[in-house]
Amino acid sequence: MLNVSDATIRPASTGETGQAVPGQWFRVRARLSRRARILLAFASILLPLGLWSAVSYVPFIWHPDMLISDPGDVDYFQPGMRVDKAMFASEIANAKTGGTAPPVGTAANPVYLPAPGDVLMAFYTSFTTPPMDQNGLWLHQSLWRSIQTIFWGFVISSIIGVPLGILCGANSAFSRLIEPFVEFFRYLPAPAFSTLAVAVLGIYAGPKIAIIVIGTLFQQILIIANTTRKADFSLVEAALTLGTKNLRLLTKVVIPSVLPDLYRDQRVLLGWAWTYLIVAELVGATSGISLFITQQSRYQHFANVYAAIAMIGILGLGTDLILAALARKLFPWDRAAA
Amino acid sequence: MTQLPMQDPSYLDQSDAVRERLDRLKARDVILRVDRLTKRFQAGKNEITALDEISFETHRREFLCIIGPSGCGKSTLIRILAGLETLSDGQVLLDNRPVNGPGRERGMVFQGYTLFPWLTVRKNVMFGLRMNNVSRFDAQKQANEWLNLIGLEQFADCYPHQLSGGMKQRVAIARALVNHPRILLMDEPFSALDAQTRAKMQAYLLEIWKKIDITVIFITHDLDEAIFLADRILVLSAHPGRLQELIEVPMERPRKPEHFLSPEFAATKARLEALIHPPTEDTEEESYPSVPLLTDVRDSVE
Repeated sequence: MLNVSDATIRPASTGETGQAVPGQWFRVRARLSRRARILLAFASILLPLGLWSAVSYVPFIWHPDMLISDPGDVDYFQPGMRVDKAMFASEIANAKTGGTAPPVGTAANPVYLPAPGDVLMAFYTSFTTPPMDQNGLWLHQSLWRSIQTIFWGFVISSIIGVPLGILCGANSAFSRLIEPFVEFFRYLPAPAFSTLAVAVLGIYAGPKIAIIVIGTLFQQILIIANTTRKADFSLVEAALTLGTKNLRLLTKVVIPSVLPDLYRDQRVLLGWAWTYLIVAELVGATSGISLFITQQSRYQHFANVYAAIAMIGILGLGTDLILAALARKLFPWDRAAA
Repeated sequence: MTQLPMQDPSYLDQSDAVRERLDRLKARDVILRVDRLTKRFQAGKNEITALDEISFETHRREFLCIIGPSGCGKSTLIRILAGLETLSDGQVLLDNRPVNGPGRERGMVFQGYTLFPWLTVRKNVMFGLRMNNVSRFDAQKQANEWLNLIGLEQFADCYPHQLSGGMKQRVAIARALVNHPRILLMDEPFSALDAQTRAKMQAYLLEIWKKIDITVIFITHDLDEAIFLADRILVLSAHPGRLQELIEVPMERPRKPEHFLSPEFAATKARLEALIHPPTEDTEEESYPSVPLLTDVRDSVE
């Protein structure tokens, strides 16, 4: 006998506005209030940051090393050196039995995990630190290089990829002619073309931009084509009965109807282009933010390395947020953007 | 005292006014001639005949409704008339010229509104004119006139998603009519609307139809709607879609809501019911299984 308890039928009790109260935030498809959304967004950033701070500042959580401030009589210890805790303990024991001066140090994390405070400082200091060699670039110059590489890579890719994608999406002959090749090509890893790119385009900006184009373009054609194919065909039919013909059908109906989606695709693809940046900049003569990162990690300035990596993230996210805000202005009729 | 039993009027009985109006209608030029129109689909290895040798004519300024059971191909028929689908055999002549593909002389209103969401209401109405190379100024002028006519001038700069269903369909009708089509094809245009809005829209459509030189072909599955709107009703049968009967609606114009209660209306509706849901033929009808008692409650709800 089927026994339906009334608890399963009754809808989840919700707040006055139909929005979930904190206890219900993690129900499937719960509707969140504006405050809850902002709170969760902050938590999304603050939770990992809090974890990192805890590991960095609370000594008993991890801190596997000792940072030596006074080597004592241990001849291979130096001030500022990090040694394993076990080794440090054995040297202390040796000093006790031998009657020599024991080393002094504090518990510390490995050099590759700087504290959040150090990284935060590095955000400032890495900009004020002069370049290591005479022809070197300041950090802001390196960053500007990187932004230019991304920009041109993405622009060139889009100039080819967007029209081609739209053509493929709107016309099956183009689709059959172009897409099989693109499908094949998109599986080839972009860095595999680095030597070829250097041979053809030299060692400076050319091959770097080429790597970003190769990494983005082929995905772009397919994604744009797919989005274009999803254009609402009933709108095309309506336009046909109003006397719209051929090319105007494409420019006045198909493209406008998918424009917000194409714009969203471009945002995703721009993020994709960013992920190729480091690989691209290592091709030929290393440049841009990658040069900064490789140099700093060579000198074990990991706070600077982390700061530089975070800067890439902030630049990428910042651009995306600006583009998202712009979409609401550009497409007031698009409810998905609002 | 004896009283003569009231004779139920047949749907074929027409009052003089109605007969006179229909005679005038048939004296007008033939706008659309459909001649042995046949549509066959390929479904796997089988060929399915969706529409079988359908022939009819519509006269200028006629209001023709097409009804039929679901699956009779009425949507396919109107899409062929619009040029959105090809026919397998026969021909469609508009003003004695064969129809080849879609064109502005056959306007269409769809069930799903199909307004362009990225255009404002005014620009939606201007769309057809702009596509036919009318200058922006003239297009704007004509669009404004139509927006005035449908009472949506204050919504001219809104986007379609801000309008109600009835408003959207009014814009869709204006968008089709501003383009000066010879014939207006309507594919169940009001079936997504609530009952009240639908009734208003029906009366409103008749108002517009009366005032301009337009022939309307209107598809519906709602018998009341067909009788209320049409001069003549074309009844299709299903599997394959064949023309069953062309019924002349024996009701006076202007149509009013109280006509729904008239004996002519009942007679016409009874005839349509008989054509569309034949009482004897119950074999095709899908029967639903009976539902067993699923709970242990003892008190009946009925």
